[in-house]
Amino acid sequence: MTTSTDTLVPFGEAVERYEPVIGLETHVELGTRTKMFCGCITTFGAEPNSQVCPVCLGLPGSLPVVNRMAIEYTIRIGLALNCTIATWCRFARKNYFYPDMPKNFQISQYDEPLCTDGWLDVPVGDQITRVGIERVHLEEDTGKSLHVGGVTGRIHGAEYSLVDYNRAGIPLVEIVTKPVAGTGADAPVVARAYVTELRDLVRALGVSDVRMEEGSLRSDVNVSLAPRGASQWGKRTETKNVNSLRSVQRAVEFEIERQAAVLDAGRRVIQETRHFHEDTGTTTSGRSKEEAQDYRYFPEPDLVPVAPPAEWVAQIRAALPEAPSKVRARLQAEWNVSDLEMDAILNAGALDLVAGTVAAGASPADARKWWLGELSRQAHDTGRELAALAITPAQVARVAALVSAGTLNDTLAREVIDGVLAGEGSPDAIVEARGLSVVSDEGALTAAVDQAIADNPDVAAKVRDGKVAAAGPLVGAVMKATDRKADAARVRQLILDRLSR
Amino acid sequence: MPTELTRMTAADLSAALAAGEVSSAEVTRAHLERIAAVDDRVHAFLHVAADSAMAQAAKVDERRGQGEPLGPLAGVPVAVKDVFTTTGLPTTCGSRILEGWHPPYDATITRRLKQAGAIIVGKTNMDEFAMGSSTENSAFGPSRNPWDLDKVPGGSSGGSAAAVAAYEAPLAIGTDTGGSIRQPAAVCGIVGTKPTYGGNSRYGVVAFASSLDTPGPLGRTVLDAALLHEAISGHDPCDSTSIDAPVPPVVAAARDADVSGMRIGVVAELSGDGYQPGVLSRFAEAVELLESLGAKITEVSCPHFRYALPAYYLIAPSECSSNLARFDAMRYGLRIGDDGTRDAEEVMALTREAGFGAEVKRRIILGTYALSSGYYDAYYGKAQQVRTLIIRDFDAAFGQVDVLVSPATPTTAFSIGERADDPMAMYLADLCTIPSDLAGNAAISVPCGLAPENGLPVGLQVMAPVLADDRLYRVAAAAEAAFTGRWGHPLLAEAKGLEGRRP
Repeated sequence: MTTSTDTLVPFGEAVERYEPVIGLETHVELGTRTKMFCGCITTFGAEPNSQVCPVCLGLPGSLPVVNRMAIEYTIRIGLALNCTIATWCRFARKNYFYPDMPKNFQISQYDEPLCTDGWLDVPVGDQITRVGIERVHLEEDTGKSLHVGGVTGRIHGAEYSLVDYNRAGIPLVEIVTKPVAGTGADAPVVARAYVTELRDLVRALGVSDVRMEEGSLRSDVNVSLAPRGASQWGKRTETKNVNSLRSVQRAVEFEIERQAAVLDAGRRVIQETRHFHEDTGTTTSGRSKEEAQDYRYFPEPDLVPVAPPAEWVAQIRAALPEAPSKVRARLQAEWNVSDLEMDAILNAGALDLVAGTVAAGASPADARKWWLGELSRQAHDTGRELAALAITPAQVARVAALVSAGTLNDTLAREVIDGVLAGEGSPDAIVEARGLSVVSDEGALTAAVDQAIADNPDVAAKVRDGKVAAAGPLVGAVMKATDRKADAARVRQLILDRLSR
Repeated sequence: MPTELTRMTAADLSAALAAGEVSSAEVTRAHLERIAAVDDRVHAFLHVAADSAMAQAAKVDERRGQGEPLGPLAGVPVAVKDVFTTTGLPTTCGSRILEGWHPPYDATITRRLKQAGAIIVGKTNMDEFAMGSSTENSAFGPSRNPWDLDKVPGGSSGGSAAAVAAYEAPLAIGTDTGGSIRQPAAVCGIVGTKPTYGGNSRYGVVAFASSLDTPGPLGRTVLDAALLHEAISGHDPCDSTSIDAPVPPVVAAARDADVSGMRIGVVAELSGDGYQPGVLSRFAEAVELLESLGAKITEVSCPHFRYALPAYYLIAPSECSSNLARFDAMRYGLRIGDDGTRDAEEVMALTREAGFGAEVKRRIILGTYALSSGYYDAYYGKAQQVRTLIIRDFDAAFGQVDVLVSPATPTTAFSIGERADDPMAMYLADLCTIPSDLAGNAAISVPCGLAPENGLPVGLQVMAPVLADDRLYRVAAAAEAAFTGRWGHPLLAEAKGLEGRRP
């Protein structure tokens, strides 16, 4: 749809001559059960305007009351980002008119954010880049507009507009980085790695489901360029609502290429808001900051100041989970897996699942084998996330235990897993119900072994002559005779015992 | 009997109802008949709730008949300022922009009134969004002062004050942001209280200036005001600024009415130039009266009160410019220009242009300017500093005395139209009442006689520290008892505006 007429400088050339400075403003919808200032529930995807009340609709006379859980979640994020938590701060009103703003002001924080001055260590390749955090503050989300008709999907020229206020009042945390300079050609990768690390951190904190595709995490990307060696930073652009990790990287890349061309042509970069287009990977101009609105911030008189007591903050700090980067390093050491193997686990989204399976008693090797093998195949075949499969780490650990104990072999274990995924019950129940345990009745096995030897005299003779490796067909015959319910290793041993006499 | 019922105080009605001497249906009908008889002249009401009031009354009578224990206001009529949301009744705030809006929820105070069994007889007229001192800013025409129908009843709760003074209801609820309860009470010759900010819930009170708006009672006697005060007060979890503390014992204080030994400070700054001579002489008499009742009178200086009015006219408009932004035609109320050719933003602008009156627009523009980047520190920021200085003046004064007194208004009721084109003159009507709004403490106005030059009522203002609302009632009740004794009748008995003796 969108075509960009901007001239671009190839990325490599651009970063050779210009130093990029980036900054990220990331909005995270908190996963509180109820909204920021009222008791409406926050379930995603409900019937439009079904989760609203006088408060989040901004009806005349209604008043906000702060959701304590949202404050706690924000403090959790602030602490995990090594921020200072304010001992006293206020909400402020950000005033502007828009049809999806129920009150035509947004309750936000202005010069007194809840958390300030922290950092996040971000892995980029085998290096760690420390990204400074300027502030973390809390605000309410707006409703969602749908402008129907017209060409742009914007309010101007629309035939009519629909507004869904279910989202209005959902608690939103804004995390703003300090300017990140000196990353050179890595700037796009650093931006992406930062958002990735932040997403994992927020998810580990249990304060949001951070689904970028549902918009519960969205980033604005700031980029400026200055000629290498210049003492001053250039004018920045702010690219809005970049909604995937890949887009974060592409938006930075594109802005570097575009701004370099502007500067090369001897023109000035206009400080402005830009829109990113997923389809083309380009940005286009939004409204210019010069004509930006005056938000007329002032302290929200309907709310009292927030003053989290030090003991409460200490409690929240004590209950913080380990940072994802630390968890990864610790588990890799504990499991004794290579970088490559660890990457495979991470890429499959299996870290928590493997860890849970190990915690339930399985060996790291078994846990990895089942999750990255059979279960990954099942997930792929059914087009689902690994974590969305209907099997728990504890159940996987139980299957592994049954294999170790010799109750199941791998073939039977896969059948048990099929049963669990089909909702037939616990692994033990399925073993019982499907009659899947390996044949361990010595008498029955011995009979089957004797029969196999009798049926294959030539093979038996070779084995007797010491060609142990030739026993395969005998094992196969016994497995076939027992309906594959025998433990193959045990069968092999019995055959060798028999023929060595 | 009907006339007699409308002349009774709420306390007496309560006793008669409890004793079974009269039914709520009779009391309610009498007041509805009074409204029907006089309100075309007073115009205290924007909506009269005849049917629902009679239904409520029948319900209260039924409950009483079944021996249910009922509160003191059960079956007693009350008029509610049209700024409180009410299910089943429109809520317009005196504005075209909300004409016909039926709120889907009750204000906390509306709910408490219903729970107390009070009978809501209607919604009273007011300056648009409570901005004004005369009710002339109502989009639906002014109310008139029952003492003299050519005079204003004060404002913004002018409809509530006029309804009580005209015997259309024994009690009314108002809101006080810069004096909007005390000033109309004073010029209508009745009692009106601005309780401690946070003592009464603002939930469901359509906001003018959030840090100032305070709901409170109006009545013909101090005890009546106390009964209503007690019924509506107390912590509300739906209002973050609501104070979680016990309600001061206002009814007991009104019954006690003893000021002997109390230290009463006369605010030096609230007198002199600009005050009507008859107001000052009646105020001086009131102070002498309190002294004769055993109070110790001292003069107290509050040097920053002279900056209260300008500070107020920065803070209140600033907050209102934001509070009134929500009236945008999107979800409720008036919608202009939605003819398929205009986008939502144009419809918003046209609706606000057509729906707001001149004074509301003036304050939105003032407040928008005061909050603008580059001006914030000089205007809104500075005004907040003045507010702190005024709080310190009060703190210092209450270190020396138990309550402060002043005239409630610089002048008696002025004529309709007299100040309509002079906003500065209009704003001066709240000169004495604004300091307590800025400081958030409690204050009351109680009648202290008629100005000799025009025979119109004068109010005595009593101010008390935060959460010491009971002191107001103690002092006001003592003054009321002594004055009534001296006059031989309640002051309101001299109001003749509705008896055809128009000057």
